Amino acid sequence: MIRTENLVKTFGEQEVLKGITTEFYKGKTNLIIGRSGAGKTVLLKLLVGLFKPSGGTVYYDDVDFYQLSKKEVRELRMKVGMLFQASALFDSMTVEENIRFPLDMFTNMTRKEKLARVNYCLDRVNLQGVNDKFPSETSGGMQKRVGIARAIVLEPRYLFCDEPNSGLDPKTSIVIDELIQSITQENNITTVINTHDMNSVMEIGENIILLNQGNIAWSGNKEEVLHSENEFLQDFIFASPFLQRLRESALQK
Amino acid sequence: MMMGTAISKPEKFSMYYKETMRQMNDIGIGSIVIVALIAVFIGAVTAVQFAYQLDGTLVPQYYIGYIVRDSTIIELAPTISCLVLAGKVGSNIAAEIGGMRQKEHIDAMEIMGVNTASYLIMPKVIAALVVIPMLVAMAAFISIVGGYLSSVPTGLMSDAEYIQGVRSFFVQRNISLMFIKALVFAFILTSVSCYQGFHVKGGSIELGKASTDAVVFSDILILLADYIIAAMYT
Repeated sequence: MIRTENLVKTFGEQEVLKGITTEFYKGKTNLIIGRSGAGKTVLLKLLVGLFKPSGGTVYYDDVDFYQLSKKEVRELRMKVGMLFQASALFDSMTVEENIRFPLDMFTNMTRKEKLARVNYCLDRVNLQGVNDKFPSETSGGMQKRVGIARAIVLEPRYLFCDEPNSGLDPKTSIVIDELIQSITQENNITTVINTHDMNSVMEIGENIILLNQGNIAWSGNKEEVLHSENEFLQDFIFASPFLQRLRESALQK
Repeated sequence: MMMGTAISKPEKFSMYYKETMRQMNDIGIGSIVIVALIAVFIGAVTAVQFAYQLDGTLVPQYYIGYIVRDSTIIELAPTISCLVLAGKVGSNIAAEIGGMRQKEHIDAMEIMGVNTASYLIMPKVIAALVVIPMLVAMAAFISIVGGYLSSVPTGLMSDAEYIQGVRSFFVQRNISLMFIKALVFAFILTSVSCYQGFHVKGGSIELGKASTDAVVFSDILILLADYIIAAMYT
């Protein structure tokens, strides 16, 4: 479980997060949603320590992340996997080398064991026969899946995904969502996803927090989204007339 | 501060070794042609210009060989080679690391638990400290050959005179001075370039600026260090 306590982040005069206190549960897909500029990415970067908070802190299973030494942070990060918005695959390495990189860096596995683990992770994300391809030779959806394979190769306890569906078609988005959810449940890990894809919200949103102007405007799960009377939430999720009609018909049923 | 973080125990020695070897290849092998080409002309121009200046004086002709040897060893080979390498290698390092910063590769490594300052900087600095003195030594030798090629076949002096000049008044300490300069300049050009690349913020314009700054600041610091070393050791 990950817990934030009164998390504040300011950039100069601008206060992007104004005291976020929330929990991200183990074995669940936790979603951070909100409009562009609401502070989603900032919150995610604070959770993984890429930004330092201006106030408050983050707890990883009751361990105060920001009280850890640099060495302890690195040790903790070996239990963390992250999928970046643009996948962040190393261009000069093949798919196999990309996934193998954390194994090369942190384990004493033999070459054969590493290859087996890489192939297992590729199988897990439904990719075969791409070991020797470079990232530039694969599609956006494949790159996301390679990114997930790399993120799970060290069997992380915490998985972070920054806009996993951005730039993907709806069908591929669903595949990625299902993949992340099944990995989360199978391995009982804490997964935090930053998204503004409403399909993801309604499909895999087991714990959702909605950010607005640096505050939590609403929190709940995908079932509660439909029945919530929160105006900002409804305005955000069912933004178009088409989606509003869908909601109304769903409620009537 | 960045160098303090960079100089730390590697997570996995074999990974750092592999990266250092790759950098040695990129910096060393990748720069042989340009350094050799420049060295030939440094020697050739030095010989021709001194021949012109000494023409009609009582100074013996073989002094040209001596001047070419010492000026290249003490000054021209380390300084000009490293100024050129700051342009070629320095801009490349800044662009490579800056590009990694922009594409979130550095963040990805950080999240994995890699000491990015160490993994991205230390191999480059070590590789440069090993191969740049070699390149400078090669440049000094080629410069002397360049001086020969521009003066002997063209009839400025005889083969014997040039060889005599090259073998005259040899001071072993000058070789040490050349290597000290090469080591200091190698450290400057890699550390400055790594710093510029590592701290890139923004887009392609900032990346271009970082690359340019890497070259400009490296060049200025190399020239400053050149003066300090010259004042200290000569």
